[in-house]
Amino acid sequence: MLELRNLTGGWAGTTVIENLSLKLASGDTTAIIGRNGVGKSTLLELVVGRAERQTGQILLGDADLSTRPGFKRAVAGIGYVPQEREVFPSLTVAENLSVAKRPGLWTEERVYELFPGLAHRRRNLGWQLSGGEQQMLSVARALIGNPKILLMDEPTEGLAPVVVEKLVESLRAVVGDGSLSVLLVEQSIDVALDLSTRCLIMDRGRIVHDGPSAALREDPDTIAKLMGLE
Amino acid sequence: MTTVGSTLLERHRVRPAEYVYWIALASVFFLFPRNLSLATSIMVMSLFALSLDLILGFAGVVSFGHAAFFGIGSYCAAQLALHGWSEPISGALIAGLAAMVFALVVGPLVLRFTGLPQIMVTLAIGIILYEAANKASSITGGDDGLGGIKLMPLFGTFEWTAYGQTAFWYAFGWLLLLFIALRIVIASPFGVSLQGLRENTLRMRFIGTPVFGRLLRAYAMSGFVAGVAGAVSAQVNKFAGLDMLSTDRSIDVLVMLILGGVGKLYGALIGAPVYMLVHHQASEWNPFHWMFVVGGLLIFVVMFARGGVLGLLEAGLGRLPGGRAQ
Repeated sequence: MLELRNLTGGWAGTTVIENLSLKLASGDTTAIIGRNGVGKSTLLELVVGRAERQTGQILLGDADLSTRPGFKRAVAGIGYVPQEREVFPSLTVAENLSVAKRPGLWTEERVYELFPGLAHRRRNLGWQLSGGEQQMLSVARALIGNPKILLMDEPTEGLAPVVVEKLVESLRAVVGDGSLSVLLVEQSIDVALDLSTRCLIMDRGRIVHDGPSAALREDPDTIAKLMGLE
Repeated sequence: MTTVGSTLLERHRVRPAEYVYWIALASVFFLFPRNLSLATSIMVMSLFALSLDLILGFAGVVSFGHAAFFGIGSYCAAQLALHGWSEPISGALIAGLAAMVFALVVGPLVLRFTGLPQIMVTLAIGIILYEAANKASSITGGDDGLGGIKLMPLFGTFEWTAYGQTAFWYAFGWLLLLFIALRIVIASPFGVSLQGLRENTLRMRFIGTPVFGRLLRAYAMSGFVAGVAGAVSAQVNKFAGLDMLSTDRSIDVLVMLILGGVGKLYGALIGAPVYMLVHHQASEWNPFHWMFVVGGLLIFVVMFARGGVLGLLEAGLGRLPGGRAQ
């Protein structure tokens, strides 16, 4: 599905990600964890075309997206839920969805089924939603674009525990569906390991651990050691 | 289950107050028969302000040189009539298309920028075109402009009367028609995507929107509407002059839009009459210092009514029993 070959890149000439290679299988959910500032978000932003690629390749299936502009990567099948949510404040929920809609399995009905709260708020403007609702809308907007792979950057950040619980429940339905590959960057180790089948730990722009999430769940010492929590 | 499409239509459905506006505008013909010329000018400027609202209010493209399209439309319609193409409706359409082609030519340059550089580029294009028109006096008539425009009767039936009855309905028809067209555009997924671009261009790009293509289409549409407004102005006034290309006109239309309310369509339809009536009354009161009144009004709107006159009206209606503020 998604393959990164010797990818190096960052911001304004500064290298954040260095010579990183990674293959994601179709239908799998992979989590990336690591300390702040190790390049997790930059990695996602390199894939969507927001950060600056210096060398290496980004492949989606047979298509080489390395030099394609951001909107063509989205059309090719890369969905992205940014850390800042970035819903359109003066558009209604329905309009926020309509601007991203592309044909496929994810329709407005299916998205509203996944997030019933949004269905009730479909006529409300983006700025009128709570933080949790905005995050749900951000995920819903990415899904309704019917991507082949969904990149999510810390979807639970800044949300109240009860809202996180609801969101994780919905995300579990998305990843459990198996029709979509997911690459999830998450600060909450519990959420990351709960949702994923494979977990990567990053440090200073490189992958320092790659293994099954289930094994990592049973091995808190490794997590602590690799994330510098000791 | 309500679909996204039906929710969009619901948000943009026609409200009773809109009928009131159009009926009031039409009734000017009967209530103020001696002021039809002023009313026609107001409708032309309303149409021009609508064209600016499409790019500024909905797509977030700032223009200080929008008179370029208005002027091209004016000169084109005048030249067509002077060269024997005196059918007014097709003349206005051709003039609108000419302005649209110009928008497609300069659009790639204007849309490369945002913010202050974009303002400077639009201003520069307006100034260059003005000077070019001034020099090309064989085409534009230079300082003297193009006069002596003669048109066929409207629909082959209605003569262009000295008191401006035909001109009034002609301008009214164009305003209503293009307002409805823009209303449909704004309510469409394309129009909603323009509003998304205004709010967060980068985000729109990463959900797969071809940003440049969308903005260029909107810019071309806006150029077309501004061109038609210019054409109607030349046709009803029987004159096209350099004033139609001037930076003052670009600033005037911007002020009208800010006064009425940006990004609401009706803001353009309210801002133009407010500005022109205040201008009319204030210049009658004092022909040398009328700009003080307009300037004061603009400061008031910027300080106390950021949504313009329409925003004030909406807020006022929202406070009435049964009212609903946006």
